[in-house]
Amino acid sequence: MAGWTGRMLRVDLSAGTVRVEELCPHDLRDFVGARGLGSKLLYDAGAYAVDPLAPENPLIFATGPLTGTYAPSAGRYNVVCRSPLTGAIAASNSGGYWGPELKFAGFDLIFITGKAPSPVYLWVHDGGAEIRPADGIWGKTVSETEDTVRAQTHPDAKVACIGPAGERLVRIACVVNDKSRAAGRSGVGAVMGSKNLKAIAVRGTQGVRVADREGFRAARQRAMQKILTHPVTSGGLPTYGTAVLVNVINAHGAFPTRNFQTGVFPEADRISGETLAREYLVRKKACFACSMACGRPTAIPSGPFKGSGEGPEYEAAWALGADCGVWDLAAVTAANWQCNEMGIDPISYGATLACAMELFQRGYLTREQAGRELRWGDGQLLVEGVRMTAYREGIGNLLAEGSYRLASEFGHPELSMTTKKQEYPAYEPRAVQGIGLTYATSNRGACHVRGYTISAEVLGVPEKLDPLVPDNKAFWAKAFQDATALVDSSGLCLFVTFAIGVPEIADLLAAATGEGYTAESALLAGERIWNLERMFNLKAGFTRADDTLAPRLLSEPMPEGPAKGQVSRLDLMLPEYYRLRGWDEEGRPTDETLARLGLKW
Amino acid sequence: MARKMLVVHPEKCTACRLCELACTFHQEGEFHPLKARLTVGIFPEENVYVPIVCEQCEVAACQEACPSGAIWRNAVTGALEVDVSRCVGCRMCVMACPFGTMVHVESGGKMQKCDLCQGDPQCVAVCPWGALEYAEPNEAALARRREVARRLAEVLRGVKV
Repeated sequence: MAGWTGRMLRVDLSAGTVRVEELCPHDLRDFVGARGLGSKLLYDAGAYAVDPLAPENPLIFATGPLTGTYAPSAGRYNVVCRSPLTGAIAASNSGGYWGPELKFAGFDLIFITGKAPSPVYLWVHDGGAEIRPADGIWGKTVSETEDTVRAQTHPDAKVACIGPAGERLVRIACVVNDKSRAAGRSGVGAVMGSKNLKAIAVRGTQGVRVADREGFRAARQRAMQKILTHPVTSGGLPTYGTAVLVNVINAHGAFPTRNFQTGVFPEADRISGETLAREYLVRKKACFACSMACGRPTAIPSGPFKGSGEGPEYEAAWALGADCGVWDLAAVTAANWQCNEMGIDPISYGATLACAMELFQRGYLTREQAGRELRWGDGQLLVEGVRMTAYREGIGNLLAEGSYRLASEFGHPELSMTTKKQEYPAYEPRAVQGIGLTYATSNRGACHVRGYTISAEVLGVPEKLDPLVPDNKAFWAKAFQDATALVDSSGLCLFVTFAIGVPEIADLLAAATGEGYTAESALLAGERIWNLERMFNLKAGFTRADDTLAPRLLSEPMPEGPAKGQVSRLDLMLPEYYRLRGWDEEGRPTDETLARLGLKW
Repeated sequence: MARKMLVVHPEKCTACRLCELACTFHQEGEFHPLKARLTVGIFPEENVYVPIVCEQCEVAACQEACPSGAIWRNAVTGALEVDVSRCVGCRMCVMACPFGTMVHVESGGKMQKCDLCQGDPQCVAVCPWGALEYAEPNEAALARRREVARRLAEVLRGVKV
């Protein structure tokens, strides 16, 4: 077998057993790997019917067929499970070095069920794995955990772990690998914590093979030619990181500010990638096999937030910055480091704190209830709140539940900026119509990396669309969603798609696996994966009513900026989207659609 | 004319490890960092990334230590290469090499090392940032002195004499 290793580890933490199993070749071909393959196994396990925090919920770490090769930015893996934040399917994507190391250890995927009687970590090496006690490690922060586990295993071991947040079942906890890369969204860290699983250390001593060496070399060459010359992938991302977007998005009036009360943040430049590069950036850093090097090792030399770490990137800079009204980049940066250490998703954390701040602003949440004032722009609160959330201290215990549960607790769920209980990322649906449709229909709840129409609507890739009109956005949402499902399942980083498209990716997949992928069949695999995720959610009880946006975005006109007076026209886009998807009016894939995609079992 | 060598610029490295991958894909036909002829030392806390390559030493410990005379110098590239037919797999070269760049490849217990890809080093070709360069050492040193001079000139520009 080439590309794939064809093997998985099945771990039952209740029984304390580890077994090596072969993966089904049809599943590999049809669902590609990583997000797609993980979702297929999750679906087959019937996880839509289990409590996300119960031992029965599988926690899947999955790589793609390109992971571990020198295909462009091919260092990704996905953590797949049923989400404790949304109840929907979760597939969270991370870079760094951990995913490739799993391939070098001889596995495409680890499938974990059960709950260890006491804290453990998993040590994967040389074609096998052992479950080890983590008594002295439980309670440690992410970097402490990684250092300790590495000292107990191998100096070159790569570690994915949870911080204090995952241990305490914080619903916005993430899994962190290589200290600062995260499978960030949907609370996958809480699922890991619910299993008493603190970390997975991996060391590989094997190689990854491809089916057609010359074809693979040539396909990579063609793709790299584009990546190394495109202004975004060769200029913007390496120089300023993803936060190069801050000023661009703000100029479009699409930079959500103070819990989406407006789309313009006058202080945006103070938290931009340009400012970060000038003030705190140490140097640029890449994930495995990546030429873009958007990683941001940062250091603050003095002042109350003195220290060092990684980030923030764009979404975190926004959530911790504009969404909370904070323009002190030192506070934003330090809060991001804390999120890394505690193992918390900075998007959901920032957005949940922003929701609390608006509840406070409107008097729905009082000083007495919160234990302190929750003022817009309070950098000290922003940084301290991360720790409080991870340890569930004071107001942190409510922030730990995410903004929907927080806002509901105080009787105002409409102030939660979420879809399917997951917090919106850093783009305003009233100012960029298409992205609103992708938030509403994303299978893992609100998300920007399930169909990044910003690429077309703002950046003009592959072609420039008017962000303010809903026309034709259903077509683009579907196209981006299907292509992204393919990218996420292949093991590539989504950012390569600024420069290359499905044809280049299909060529890489075909040469790596020998499975004869074409642009058409590869894109069809993406669509298949999307529909499988949809089927999972339908079985989990989601309906058309859940494909919506926060009421503010649908009914309160944008107060200022280029999108002044606009609301999201989801009402126009959604029916067209269902039709293009081959779904009925209730958003269910029709029999014909399922048959066309090979999903009729 | 001096021979070209691998010149490392650690300050340009981003720790992506593409060099390790291109190396083994070319040499071994698979992606296998453990068999790579070079390795990026990554120290995240210090933000230091250093590719460690074979220096093709003038007085080469690997060659001196080899009891079977299996390590010879390619007159064209200047690279020290392993004559696999002579290598007895004793790993004396591993013990002797101060850089740790002798690699054990599984086929028959024989050793391998960087042969500069016969004059077209793939690690250099794949590096997106020019952190690895195939250049004459004096030219590379001169280029670095020029770069330092340029930075110094920037400082001096603001100084009144």
